Amino acid sequence: MQKVNTPLEMLAQAPKRWLPITLAFVTILGMSIWSLSVIRVPEINDSGLVIVGSIIRSFANPNWDWLLSWGPSSIPYQMYETVAIAFLGTFFGAIMAIPMAFLSARNITGRFYSFIGIVAVTMIRTFPVFILGLMFIRVTGPGPFAGVMTISVASIGMMTKLYVESIEDIDKGVLEALDATGATTLQKIRYGIIPQLSANFISNSIYRFEINVRNATILGLVGAGGIGFTLISAMSAYRWNDAAAALWGIIIVVLFIEYFSTRIRKKIASGE
Amino acid sequence: MVNKLKLWIEKATFQTQDSRQFYLSNGKEVKQPYSYTPLIIFALLVVSAFAWNVTNVNLIRMFLRIENFFNVLLRMAEPRWSYFDRALGPMIDTIQMSFLGSLIGALLALPVAFLSANNITKNKAVLSSTRFSLSLVRTLPVLVYAAILSLVFGFGVFAGTVAIAIFTFGILSKMLYENIETIDLSAYIAIEATGATKSRAFLTAIVPQILPSYLSFSLYSFEINIRYAAILGYVGAGGIGLLFDDRMAWRRYDDVAVLIIMLFVVVFTIESLSRYLRRRLT
Repeated sequence: MQKVNTPLEMLAQAPKRWLPITLAFVTILGMSIWSLSVIRVPEINDSGLVIVGSIIRSFANPNWDWLLSWGPSSIPYQMYETVAIAFLGTFFGAIMAIPMAFLSARNITGRFYSFIGIVAVTMIRTFPVFILGLMFIRVTGPGPFAGVMTISVASIGMMTKLYVESIEDIDKGVLEALDATGATTLQKIRYGIIPQLSANFISNSIYRFEINVRNATILGLVGAGGIGFTLISAMSAYRWNDAAAALWGIIIVVLFIEYFSTRIRKKIASGE
Repeated sequence: MVNKLKLWIEKATFQTQDSRQFYLSNGKEVKQPYSYTPLIIFALLVVSAFAWNVTNVNLIRMFLRIENFFNVLLRMAEPRWSYFDRALGPMIDTIQMSFLGSLIGALLALPVAFLSANNITKNKAVLSSTRFSLSLVRTLPVLVYAAILSLVFGFGVFAGTVAIAIFTFGILSKMLYENIETIDLSAYIAIEATGATKSRAFLTAIVPQILPSYLSFSLYSFEINIRYAAILGYVGAGGIGLLFDDRMAWRRYDDVAVLIIMLFVVVFTIESLSRYLRRRLT
């Protein structure tokens, strides 16, 4: 007969994990002390407090002329440009990531080529967005075009990574079944591969678009278009009402896009 | 005309009229649901056209002048290694900044995540107000926080650390409350039924369930924060971004290459370490 353990006996049999726990604790504590030793907490002086006050006040009273008009320097137009940069950047990035993903998927090209693909993607991912932005400005000149190229190259990394995961999960049985029915290569791609990948690809692209809108808001700092230039120059000139108008623009648009992106992705995941 | 177009779209998307109707063996007629794909593709094309127009995308110009891009890359192919000594200090600042920022953000996220999980907090008003404030916090990019904070606290690493803490807090709280909503509450209820206090039941039944994912999410944010911390210097928030700004402005691409390689090594090390630890955790 099987012996029934009392709770106390069960507790005694629980795996002892004090070693990894203490190790993790000591590491975190050690790194915190090491990091804290360098960071000096500044004294918040009066000018800092004045800035905090004026930021809060200007949020209630942004530059309404900018926020509610439609000209090249108005906030709605600049957010439109920002979203356009993010949209086209995501579009190009999504297309460029497809060949990279098929190259990097181990079940398609084998171990050697997939390694090359992964190394290439990792190298692209290492470039900070601003560096890419400045490099593309030398090609396209300053402006939103440089932003589109930057966003598209910057998106390749993450999108390839996510695509590869879904490609490596492909069910090959479907392709064999299509073979048995005498399907041509084109039909195999249309009915065997695209349906297996499309939901994932679309969902990833929408998610990346959401991230790219946020990225596109800061690209203006290096002259690659979007609202970032207005925002940063207003801030560094202490024109808080103008900065607040730009921040409101970003907040409203990003909230809006996040809401729809989440809803659409949920719908795709649950199978429409 | 419209019918012709419709037929053409159907053909192009492999759904001719006869292929959309099937008869089962019991004589029942089955229709394939009409696909929205052509409509969606059309909408995407229209939006692309607008976006293309406003961003002045010009692919011919792109191909004619792309050699400028590769010229910069070529100059980066010969890094000036002596720059390493100069860059080491700011690189360490960057690591410390993102570590401390992630730690503070992660600690703050834990209680807030409990407040915004709909299976723990039953009060609708609390739930929706915390969730809304969290999504407000998440709307602004780290760089904007860093730009504001470096005006408030003065330029330097401290502003960057606080900016990263705020950002981490925002994303981690969301990841965490979504995780808490999936946990099994029956153990918690069972332990409470044995007479344990609420806090005791919480510690024994809920904490062990979320701890692995909490640690894993925290490691993941540390991983992505290094990348963000590397550009915060552009708005004066300390770290390696200052050097990126300076070297790019002087077009010293050989020095930029050293910075990128250092960043690559750091990011790669932390990512591999974190991936290893996260796999052990789950």
